[in-house]
Amino acid sequence: MTADIEIRNVSKQFGAMSVLEDLSLSIKAREFIVFLGPSGCGKSTLLRMIAGLETVDSGEIAINDQRIDHLPPGKRGIAMVFQSYALYPHMTVRDNMAFGLENIGVSRQIIDARINEASRILEMPHLLERKPGQLSGGQRQRVAIGRAIVKEPKAFLFDEPLSNLDAALRTRTRIELAQLHQRLQSTMIFVTHDQVEAMTLADRIVVMNNRKIEQIGSPMEIYDRPATKFVAGFVGAPAMNFVDATLDRSGGNAKVKFADGIAVQTEIASNLLADGNYSFGIRSEDVRIVPAGQGDADGVVDVLERLGERTLIYARLGDGLQIVGSDVGNSRVAVGHKVGLAFDGKKSHLFSEAGRAWHAGEA
Amino acid sequence: MADQLAMPHTATPAASVRTPSADIYAPQWRNIIFVAPFLFFFTTLLLFPLLWGIWLSFHKADTFSSGNFVGLGNYVRLYNDKVFLQSIWNTFYFVLLTVPTLALIGLFLALCLNRRTRTAAVLRTLFFSSSVLSVTIVTLIWRIVFIPNVGLLSTIYGWFGATAPAFISNPSLAMIGIAIATIWWCIGLPMMLFLSALQQIPRDIYEAAALDNANRWQTLRSITLPSIKRTFILVIIIQIVLQFQLFGQAWLMTRGGPNNLTKPIVLYIYDTAFRRWDLGMGAAASEILFILILVAAMAQYLVARNKGDRA
Repeated sequence: MTADIEIRNVSKQFGAMSVLEDLSLSIKAREFIVFLGPSGCGKSTLLRMIAGLETVDSGEIAINDQRIDHLPPGKRGIAMVFQSYALYPHMTVRDNMAFGLENIGVSRQIIDARINEASRILEMPHLLERKPGQLSGGQRQRVAIGRAIVKEPKAFLFDEPLSNLDAALRTRTRIELAQLHQRLQSTMIFVTHDQVEAMTLADRIVVMNNRKIEQIGSPMEIYDRPATKFVAGFVGAPAMNFVDATLDRSGGNAKVKFADGIAVQTEIASNLLADGNYSFGIRSEDVRIVPAGQGDADGVVDVLERLGERTLIYARLGDGLQIVGSDVGNSRVAVGHKVGLAFDGKKSHLFSEAGRAWHAGEA
Repeated sequence: MADQLAMPHTATPAASVRTPSADIYAPQWRNIIFVAPFLFFFTTLLLFPLLWGIWLSFHKADTFSSGNFVGLGNYVRLYNDKVFLQSIWNTFYFVLLTVPTLALIGLFLALCLNRRTRTAAVLRTLFFSSSVLSVTIVTLIWRIVFIPNVGLLSTIYGWFGATAPAFISNPSLAMIGIAIATIWWCIGLPMMLFLSALQQIPRDIYEAAALDNANRWQTLRSITLPSIKRTFILVIIIQIVLQFQLFGQAWLMTRGGPNNLTKPIVLYIYDTAFRRWDLGMGAAASEILFILILVAAMAQYLVARNKGDRA
C-alpha cells in the first residue's frame, strides 16, 4: 500500500509566530522525500501536520486524493518514527508493536504474523520479549521502525530518526533505511537537518528555510543547480565559497571581477544576466590548488583539513577573503605556503542580491 | 613548553600520593562535621525517645516512678483490653475508608487538572489550599457542615425536605464523617504527586498512541496508568503512614465517641498515657502502632527497591 500526498497552500502559526507560509508540495507514490533545512525552518511542523499531530491553520492535505487534514492521527493511514523513538516503556517490544493493531481490532494471528515478519526484516526476533529500557539506542530505533512497519501504512514519516545514534550506527541505519524503502516500496517522508542523510536517502529533497520551500529536486539537482544562495550554502560540506563580484558582460559568457581585481571567466551566458551586484559561488572541489602565480588568484594557506581522499585548503586572498580549495589526499601544501587557486568556470554559479541563482551551462 | 605540559603525567608515584586529589573518595574524619548536626538531632529527638519508649513499654510506669520490670505485661493487658482492640479496628477501618478514596480522588483530580489553562491552575491551587489549614480549622469547618438542624448539610437536605445523615452522632456514620473531613483536608498532596507524575510522561508517547489509534480509555489504561504506577503505590504508602496516625480530627470532632467507635490508636495512647497516667501501657500501645506503621514503611521500601525492572 502506498500513497500520493498532496499539500496545498498550507499555513501554520503558533500564536503570533508564523511557522509555515502558503506551502504547496506534491509527493508521488513510492517516493522517498526528505525535508531538509536548518532548525526552526518548519520542516518538523510540516511533518507533524501530515501526521495529524498539529492542526492545519489554512490549506489542505490529501492522501490519494482524499482530504485527511481533518482526520485524527490514527485514521490517516500513516506511521511515524519519532526522534526519541517514543516507545511505550512499560510494554515489551512485542506489545509495543501490537498496540496499534490491537486498538483497531486486528486478529491475533495477523498481529503475530506481521510482528514476526517485521522482526525478521529488522533482524530482531530475539528482542521481542524485552522492554525498551533493556535495549540500546540502535535497537530502540529498530523497534520504532518495526512498530511502523507492522501497521502497513500508506506512508512512513520519519522525524530526525537518526540524530540520537552514534556516527557508525547512523551510517549503517541510513543504508538499512534505503534498503527498507526499496523493499517496502512505500511513500516515505524523512525530516533531517543533516545534508548527508538527505543526499544519500532522498529521491527528491525539499530544502526548507524560514517558513518556505527553497527548492525541490533530486539530490544532484540540488547540489549542482541550487535554486537560491541559501540552498547553495546549506547543501554541501564545506559550504560553497561566495565572493562579491562585479560583472563583465562584454563576451558571450560573463566574466566576474572580485574587489581586489582578480578576474574569473565563467560559463554563464551574459545575456541571461542583468546589471547589478552578484555573488560568485564555487564549491571547494571546483577550486584546484596550483603553484602560486599559475591560477586565477594567489592565497596563503590558513588551515589544512586532511579528509583522506582529498585535502581541503583554506587559503586567504590578498584582501583577507578566505577561499576553500581542494587538493589531492597526500597534498604537500603546508600552512603558511603561498598557493595558486584555479576556479573551474564550468562549475561556477552566480547569485543575485535577491538570492536567485544562475549556473554555468544554462541556455 | 612541551616538557612542562608533560610533567603532571610523568610525576613519580610518591609525588602523586601526596596530592590531595589522589583519591577523592577516601574517608576523611573531618567529613563527620557535615553529618554531626543531623546526627545530634536524630539521636536526641528520634533514636533516644524510641529506645526509651521501648524500655518503658516493658515497665510499670507512671509520672511518679518508672518502676518495676513487667516483661510483656503491658502487652498482655493491651491484648485483653477491648477498648484497645476496638481502637486498632477503628484505625484500620479509617485507613480503609480514607486511603483508597484519597488515591482515587487525587488521581481523578490530577487527570482533570493536568492541563495548561488558567482555570486548571486556579482549581489546582483551590484543591491544594485545604492542605495548609490546621486540623483545628478543618474540624471546625466540618462540624459546621455536619451540625444537626442548622449545619450546611442539614440546610441542603432541608431544601429537598429530607433529613441529613447524622455524621457525628450516628455510631455507624461517625467514622465516615471523620473520613470525609480528612479526605477534604488531605487531598492536596496526592493530587500534587499525581500531577507531577503525569507531567513526567513524555508527550511523544501520547502522540505515538494517537497514531496507534488509541482512544481516550485505551490511552489512560495502557499509557497513563502504567506510567504512574509507582507514584500510585507511593501515594498509597504515604497515606497509610499518615492516616494510621489519626488523632486531631477524631479528638476534635467526636472525642472518640460514640461509644469508642471513632477512637483511633493514637487517641487511645493519649488517654492511657496522659489522662490515666499509665505510661508503660501507653508506651506499649505506641510500640504496636510503630510496628504497624513500620510494616507499611517496609512495603514502601520494597516497592522502591523493585523499580529496577522498569525502564
